[in-house]
Amino acid sequence: MKHLRSISEIGAEGLLRILNLTESMAEINTRSVPKVPALRGKTVVSLFFEDSTRTRLSFETAAKRLSAETMNFSISTSSVNKGESLRDTIETITDMGVDAFVVRHKSVGVPWQISQWTNASIINAGDGAHQHPTQALVDCFTVREALGSQDLSGLNLTIVGDIKHSRVARSNIQAFCLLGANITLVAPPTLLPLNIEHWPVKVSNDLDAVLASTNVLYMLRLQSERMAQGLVPSLHEYSTRYGLDERRVAALQSSAVVMHPGPMNRGVEMLIDPSDIPNSLIHRQVTNGVSVRMAVLFDLLSAEEM
Amino acid sequence: MTIVIKGGSIVGANGITSADVLVENDVIVKVGKNLTGDTTLDASGCHIFPGFVDLHAHLREPGREDTETIETASRAGAKGGYTALIAMPNTNPAHDSVTVIEFVREQGRKAGLLDVFPSGCITMGRQGEALAPLAELSAAGVRIFTDDGSGVQDPVLMGRAMQYAKSLGVTMAQHCEVSALTQGAVMNECGCSSDMGVPGWPAIAEEMMVQRDIEMSRITGASVHFLHLSTARSVDLVRDAKAQGLNVTAEVTPHHLSLTQELLTTFDPVYKVNPPLRSMKDIQALKVGLLDGTIDAVATDHAPHARRDKELTLDQAPPGMIGLETALGVVLSAVDLDPVQIAAVMSRNPARIAQITEQHGHNISVGDIAHLCVVDLDALWQVDPSKMASKSRNTPFVGRQLRGMVRSTMYRGQITVQDGVAQK
Ligand SMILES: [Zn+2]
Ligand SMILES: [Zn+2]
Repeated sequence: MKHLRSISEIGAEGLLRILNLTESMAEINTRSVPKVPALRGKTVVSLFFEDSTRTRLSFETAAKRLSAETMNFSISTSSVNKGESLRDTIETITDMGVDAFVVRHKSVGVPWQISQWTNASIINAGDGAHQHPTQALVDCFTVREALGSQDLSGLNLTIVGDIKHSRVARSNIQAFCLLGANITLVAPPTLLPLNIEHWPVKVSNDLDAVLASTNVLYMLRLQSERMAQGLVPSLHEYSTRYGLDERRVAALQSSAVVMHPGPMNRGVEMLIDPSDIPNSLIHRQVTNGVSVRMAVLFDLLSAEEM
Repeated sequence: MTIVIKGGSIVGANGITSADVLVENDVIVKVGKNLTGDTTLDASGCHIFPGFVDLHAHLREPGREDTETIETASRAGAKGGYTALIAMPNTNPAHDSVTVIEFVREQGRKAGLLDVFPSGCITMGRQGEALAPLAELSAAGVRIFTDDGSGVQDPVLMGRAMQYAKSLGVTMAQHCEVSALTQGAVMNECGCSSDMGVPGWPAIAEEMMVQRDIEMSRITGASVHFLHLSTARSVDLVRDAKAQGLNVTAEVTPHHLSLTQELLTTFDPVYKVNPPLRSMKDIQALKVGLLDGTIDAVATDHAPHARRDKELTLDQAPPGMIGLETALGVVLSAVDLDPVQIAAVMSRNPARIAQITEQHGHNISVGDIAHLCVVDLDALWQVDPSKMASKSRNTPFVGRQLRGMVRSTMYRGQITVQDGVAQK
């Protein structure tokens, strides 16, 4: 495996390999000194054109625990002259000797464009509304861990919220589908993408109607700009119809788990404190982030010599 | 000084005749068997067409001479078999004054490789706010007006432009795009755009404006030309309007006849174009429209862009692809046109729409100005950007094998291209 730009490009085989590798990485992370020399001599560059301290730190921590060198370029898109120097940036850093780029960009497709200009591996840490594959790996791992089962076939996953603009949703649909889950998307019609008859999902506008059959309830963040764009009439209407409150938590099966990729928008999609949700996996998602990213880096960067 | 074009099949309006063509200075002086002249241009195995006419080329001069000049575009056009180009108005400054119109025409004359006919802006600076001096520009010889690059959004303004067009006897050419529906769009609104999470450019954004301008043509009687039709429904709308006897014409680009939206899943901005590449269903409808005469002409929408600009992200890269040197090959590889149909859609119809039939799109008879091209319809060739005359290289057809090759082009009796090689 050379790159991780989308879930679909690694397929079921790659997905399962990384999830299994994550188990070993999680074990390393329980040690008193959570560090192994696996990637000594390798250099991982994080290239964030869009701010995300959380994701960036998760990758950098993962790289350090595998003894890789890390470099960090945080480039606010405003300072890059209309993205003009993207190729120059990549070529210059590549010349410094780089094994992997971890890239986040607000524009769809940047990880694919970049891979023409470097021989290094590309890890997509989020491109626009398109893909965020490591988040999906984290989520799959977290669900397997919570259920104590590697087999997710027949599991009912319900993803709620702004599917249209969500890279997390797009990656999770690909990943959970490969693992055999049944997926239902719940959103107001304006926050669902058009022409998705070919997606392996069921679609609903009614959250209350699907709660009872849900095993995993995945809440997406609703950005307030969606209201400014007129995609929802008001945040109040949205949170009334699609927000998670005590009543809806109570309507879930007692074994059902709740997830959120963060950061949460309290008072919009989350009307209840996560600590009041009996089976919240939200903390596990954050914790597992480092192990998953260690597994990804190890899989991409140690492959050549194996 | 005479040149004889020997051994070819002449494509007249009604049929094909095997004959030689004798050209003296810039005029066809004889058509017949066994002619001789001072110089011979071999056309054996080839068809002789009236020089092609492109209704839609972005020449980038003035303003972006780093990506194309009128001279380099003229040379690219000559290699594509063209002897006339309609220059689009979205230069900097735009074609909204007689000064710019005359500058463009003069640069064309200096290059001397084909006739450059500048279009005029419909609105000042193509801003869609105030009418350009339509009568003044018309008096300076402009016959086609367009704000191409964008469509005229305001129906009040467009209605007034059409009233002017009717009285001046000029054509309004519309880039049909209701821009409120295409904010941030990078590709057709379809399953792929949803997979990719990018804003789509829906078919309805084109069709609403096609419909609006058909109705405005009905009211004003003005002649309206639809640039780069791209959807199946647009073809139906134009077909119905023509059946009702309305004064409308339409063009299609080679890329909209041959490439589909799925190419955007490579994230390569070379495939980003406006209007966007559509579905296979749309392609089929466009082909039917071209064959049944609903669509009058093939036009390139030749749009050169600097390499650096096409290396921007998909959302930021400018739309457009070059097309002058590949147009014929792409069209013939995509659509089964007979030689008479080729002459119609590549030369005679566009010449009629551009109102330049005195010199272009003729029947290749004695007395016509010698604007001709010699085409080997069966030749296969591979697109090699390094051999292109255009200053830009943003072609989506790199490495493609195409059928139909322009061997030679004659402009005003002078050979501008011979054996596929530009002569000056
Ligand atoms: Zn246009
Ligand atoms: Zn154009």
